[in-house]
Amino acid sequence: MNETSVSPGIDRIDVEAVNKKETRSLYKKRVKIHPKRVQGTFRALKWWIMMVTLGIYYVTPWIRWDRGPGAADQAVLIDIPGRRFYFFFIEIWPQEFYYIAGLLIMAGVGLFFVTSLVGRGWCGYACPQTVWTDLFIYVERWIEGDRGARIRLDKAAFSVSKLSRRVLKFALWLMISVATGGAWVFYYADAPTLMVQLVTLEAPSIAYTTIAVLTFTTFSLGGLMREQVCTYMCPWPRIQGAMMDEDSLTVTYRDDRGERRDAYKKGESWEGRGDCVDCNQCVAACPMGIDIRDGQQLECITCALCIDACDTVMNRVGRPTGLIAYASVAGEHRRREGEPAGLRLFRVRTIAYLALWAAIGIGMLVALVSRADLDINVLRDRNPLYVTLSDGSIRNGYTFKILNKAREKRTLILTLEGLAGSRLKVVGAEDAEETAAPFFSAEPDRLHSFRLFISAPGEYLRREATAIRFILTDLESGSRAHYDSIFRGPKQ
Amino acid sequence: MADQKYIDEVTGIETTGHEWDGIRELNNPLPNWWRWILYASIVWAFGYWIAYPAWPLISSHTTGLLGYSSRAEVGKEISKAKERQKVHLVKLEKASLEDIRTDPELLEFALAGGRSAYNVNCSQCHGSGAQGFAGFPNLNDDEWLWGGTIKDIHFTISHGIRNTEDDEARSSAMPAFLKDETLNKQQVNDVAEFVISLSKTGGDAPAAARGKSLYAEHCVACHGPDGGGKAEFGAPALNNGIWLYGGDKGTIVHTIANSRSGVMPAWGRILEPVTIKKLAVYIHSLGGGK
Repeated sequence: MNETSVSPGIDRIDVEAVNKKETRSLYKKRVKIHPKRVQGTFRALKWWIMMVTLGIYYVTPWIRWDRGPGAADQAVLIDIPGRRFYFFFIEIWPQEFYYIAGLLIMAGVGLFFVTSLVGRGWCGYACPQTVWTDLFIYVERWIEGDRGARIRLDKAAFSVSKLSRRVLKFALWLMISVATGGAWVFYYADAPTLMVQLVTLEAPSIAYTTIAVLTFTTFSLGGLMREQVCTYMCPWPRIQGAMMDEDSLTVTYRDDRGERRDAYKKGESWEGRGDCVDCNQCVAACPMGIDIRDGQQLECITCALCIDACDTVMNRVGRPTGLIAYASVAGEHRRREGEPAGLRLFRVRTIAYLALWAAIGIGMLVALVSRADLDINVLRDRNPLYVTLSDGSIRNGYTFKILNKAREKRTLILTLEGLAGSRLKVVGAEDAEETAAPFFSAEPDRLHSFRLFISAPGEYLRREATAIRFILTDLESGSRAHYDSIFRGPKQ
Repeated sequence: MADQKYIDEVTGIETTGHEWDGIRELNNPLPNWWRWILYASIVWAFGYWIAYPAWPLISSHTTGLLGYSSRAEVGKEISKAKERQKVHLVKLEKASLEDIRTDPELLEFALAGGRSAYNVNCSQCHGSGAQGFAGFPNLNDDEWLWGGTIKDIHFTISHGIRNTEDDEARSSAMPAFLKDETLNKQQVNDVAEFVISLSKTGGDAPAAARGKSLYAEHCVACHGPDGGGKAEFGAPALNNGIWLYGGDKGTIVHTIANSRSGVMPAWGRILEPVTIKKLAVYIHSLGGGK
């Protein structure tokens, strides 16, 4: 309760960590925390990352990419009715969804890599929960003031001024939440068109519903629930702990340097005491409300704001910075032995993660670039297995589907290998007569389905099932696609 | 049945009073957020009962103020589908069978409609893959008892075979040679051997030779001189590997002895004309249409 003046400009802040062992309880109500503003390297890094990530999120749907007349001109578009995913020059059909799976695997491996290097770097800097909560706290601080002012406002009696500030804060939060939901739906439809529709109330109801849901989640998770999401809801903290080893960097309080902690007045000696002046700035700055001096703990998202806070104080009292710093367990051991701490970034683990990440990425890139833009799938009729014709030949029916992924119309010719004396007939082809090689046209970016009959003289069939191969050739470009199937006949 | 309540030493919380083999349960309060969500859902439920169908009565149910009914929704969807189909149906009604076959858009619609009408009306006799059974023709092959042009197929579907209710139904009558005592058992056997020899080698040659003259006398009129069949009589070709009732000797003997007369409904009296058109186009496209 008493505020001891440790030095001109450094007050001991009256704050307690929310997870202090003595007062911790499973059924305790949430203690509202008011993170104090800090300035420093890591704060600046967090702002920078926030601007980049939010910028990407809000701006990307508006980027245009010309794909030709009649095609979608949005650079990043998930076209669910049209069954396409567009990403700049890449176009993915639903059959190629494994690329998305590959991206998700890369995201996972990338996370393991980052965690093994710098601990919970994702949590502290890039996670959407952290970014939006940080943004909402910034808005709150802008409207209601820094930590002290916010605590006083909470305690103040009801008044017009208090109400108007709260309303303004909630209004700004609501605007940000709506913009967040809005940006989400713009990925799924043409952004300019949908924007006009939303404003004139003509958008499909699912758009309004999605925006409403995301507004609600952004507002409650970022504005109201904040650190509880990380502590209670998110599974990452539990997983991330398993991905760190003794060489991973994490936010560390150097207690061998800091203890014994004691208040400090200007001019006092630093003999017989630690560097920690017990100002509690690290606890006040923490967005999770914990005390890093208790050691690494589940709640710590390694956002390093406590490092910035402590460095500021250390500069003021004239002590070296780094009382709280990014350090690894092994590095700390080495430092306490008197050796240089060192930075072991290149370890088997990190190199393995990076190699795996790169391998998957390169593999996907190669597969993507060497994709064929012509594909054929054949389904053989199962009922009846075969038909005997009046001239004694045997006929099988097939349904075949051609995928023309190119953006031009193509003329294709179908040939068959493996069945001597066979005749092909396509229902609906340009020449509906029997021929050895029917041809037909395929519209751009479309899937065509045809019925095909193959007849072969009965006496040529030696086996009950003959292996055959369909070959589809583009007459102009020469690209080919093939599919293996069988031709059935009566028991021999 | 609550027994004695205890105070837990570790947490200081009272137990519920229940005990199972020495295991007790702490009586902690329900979380506030949980309780309020429960109250909110109760309020919501009341609102829902008023707005939507909810409670069963003796022989009806409460319909709700909004008048929603899932049955009505289905009715709306069916009407919408019918509206969408109307565009094509009108064109189909006007187009001739040849027009439908040559216009890709009409053809696609007719095939889809024909397939679904086939599955509902025809698959019971002709099979789900139109492969037929003994006594029900295979519609995939290119042998047609009554003609395989699209007009013939359309007529057959519309008027049926040996249908007593339709005057225009196709009809013919094969004599039952043994039952009517036109031929004796030996002669029936000989004719059967000859018929088999038309499509296969290695049978009883002397019997086939005897059967040949009997065939010329009794069978040529309908089945043709070379066993090629005649569509106007619905007489099948006997010189190929396709048999409606079975191509083994016993079945052929039975056919000659007791005759066959398959029947088919006159679908023109049951289905709409545009459906018959769709069916004709579909059957014709199965691979054997002429």
